[in-house]
Amino acid sequence: MAPSSLDERAREAGEIQRRRLIRRRRIVSGIGWALCGTALALLCISIVWIIGLVVVRGVAALRPSLFTTVTQGTGGGLLNAIEGTAVMAVGTLLLVVPFGLSAGIYVAEFPSSRWAKVIRFLADVLVGLPSIVLGYFGYVTMVEGLGWQFSVAAASITLAIISLPYVSRATEVALAEVPQELREAAYAMGAGTGTVTLRICMRLALPAVITGVLLALSVSVGETAPLLYTAGWSNYAWDGRLTGSPIGYLTYVIWAFINEPFASAHALAYAAAFLVTTFVLLISVASRLILIRRRR
Amino acid sequence: MTFRQTMAVLGGSVPASVAAVVVFLLLYAWPAIRLNGFGFLVRNTWNLGSLYAEPVRHSGVLILPGAQYGILFLIVGTLLSTAIAMALAVPVGVGAAAFLAEILPPGPRLWLSFLVEMLAAIPSVVFGLWGYAVLIPFLGQYVFPVMSRLLGWIPWLGEPTGSGYGLLTAGLVLSLMIVPLIASILRDAIAAQPMEVREAAAALGATRFETIWTVILPGLRPVLIGACILAMGRALGETMAVLMVSGNALNVLPVSIYAPVSTMAAFIVSQLDSALQDPTGLAVRALAEVALALCLIAIIVNTAARALLAGSAVTARLRR
Repeated sequence: MAPSSLDERAREAGEIQRRRLIRRRRIVSGIGWALCGTALALLCISIVWIIGLVVVRGVAALRPSLFTTVTQGTGGGLLNAIEGTAVMAVGTLLLVVPFGLSAGIYVAEFPSSRWAKVIRFLADVLVGLPSIVLGYFGYVTMVEGLGWQFSVAAASITLAIISLPYVSRATEVALAEVPQELREAAYAMGAGTGTVTLRICMRLALPAVITGVLLALSVSVGETAPLLYTAGWSNYAWDGRLTGSPIGYLTYVIWAFINEPFASAHALAYAAAFLVTTFVLLISVASRLILIRRRR
Repeated sequence: MTFRQTMAVLGGSVPASVAAVVVFLLLYAWPAIRLNGFGFLVRNTWNLGSLYAEPVRHSGVLILPGAQYGILFLIVGTLLSTAIAMALAVPVGVGAAAFLAEILPPGPRLWLSFLVEMLAAIPSVVFGLWGYAVLIPFLGQYVFPVMSRLLGWIPWLGEPTGSGYGLLTAGLVLSLMIVPLIASILRDAIAAQPMEVREAAAALGATRFETIWTVILPGLRPVLIGACILAMGRALGETMAVLMVSGNALNVLPVSIYAPVSTMAAFIVSQLDSALQDPTGLAVRALAEVALALCLIAIIVNTAARALLAGSAVTARLRR
């Protein structure tokens, strides 16, 4: 055979091989994306499944009397739990806002100081501590050590410590995004550090700071494990005492009542799960809207 | 006091909290630490001793006769459930992040990202409720029996499949709880990669999948590792969901992937009532030792993650 035709054949064979390779790479890529899509689909199905369960069974269990009567044994209403969750959420926010804001302000406004680095590092450590560890700490120090028993004070302080890093980090990030020129202008007008930070920078940073506070609210409503160790549980409405008397909360109902063998207890658990989940998801939507509006 | 000093003092609540947690747990657990010694971590018995007997003195501590505290089964349960969660969550998180960032158009991308982040907002106890009410009957009756028949020849995957409470269920629920963290960090990191990298890969003839798989993801390895370690820290300390689906085994090591286990965090909750029965109070102190161990593990894991992520572009997002 002529050499030229040999060349041609070789080229042809190379061309076929190249096409095969391209096809194989396309197939591999297609399979790869299909797997990625499956992963996302699995994730979305799980989310819809969880939220669907809580909404369907929770709505079926909702009755007006839930909001007007207290828990009796494994039945009754959720008034005491709703009230307890609200009381502890307010207590947590009252504590966490001043401390968390201050920590965030210090880290953002005096970033080169050693103390700011310590605060920043330990805020990262604190956010990683399991909530049950902090709950046990609350139990050891306040419930046992100070003799407060299961109480609003022990629970609110524990929740405030858990949510402290969220507020401080949100504040820090928010203040760091305020342009430096604004501070310089304010200083040039003769304003002091406090005025510059609180009255000038804070005004710009406020929406992002609020998302941090909302996150703290969501933590205080959604936490369970540390409260088992600090708030206890009570069938009765709050008696107004900060220490010495246990208090009810919604997440306890979810955990404890789903294990009871009665339909009335299950209904309470699903109703409580619906209230808690709806609340934290609304907070999550609200924070997102605040941030989107701010970017515009 | 100046403004700066006021902020420094109030902001000191953060270091004070961390220091107080470590110091008070250590002080409270000290008698238990002295009694248990190093064997605490390698013994496999949690025994309060004879509750009605006269307490005896042992290494300077008053204990009930026969009391012994070892948490090997908790360490094994914690590590295995976290390992299963990571094995499931990492591929799903990476795949979902790649699909979100590269394939979806902006509209659906926004909504699905939001949906994934909603998963992160759902409280742990609600995951537990779902696991208890839906996942356990589903897995125990349908999935596990089929799995053991098909994959039974692999060690750990055969009979008995049990009731649905156990290691694999706990790992599954945990993986769902940590996937949003991995997926959202990675999605942002992929989106933040310069367009030029993609263009260069495309010019060399790479498909989009090859671009992400062989060019973009390898460049994001430190981010992925950091995100995984953060997720691992969360899985190690997760309490309520694990408590509700793990079967809460005591003093036994799992014999298969379906077997009941307990984790350190869940054990602290499930054992408080019984620990309070101990008149010497040592059981509660031993629980504090478990909490302290968990606390130290969390600090090490998180510090490692932050160190790996330090300086990378995602740090800013992580701190949000």
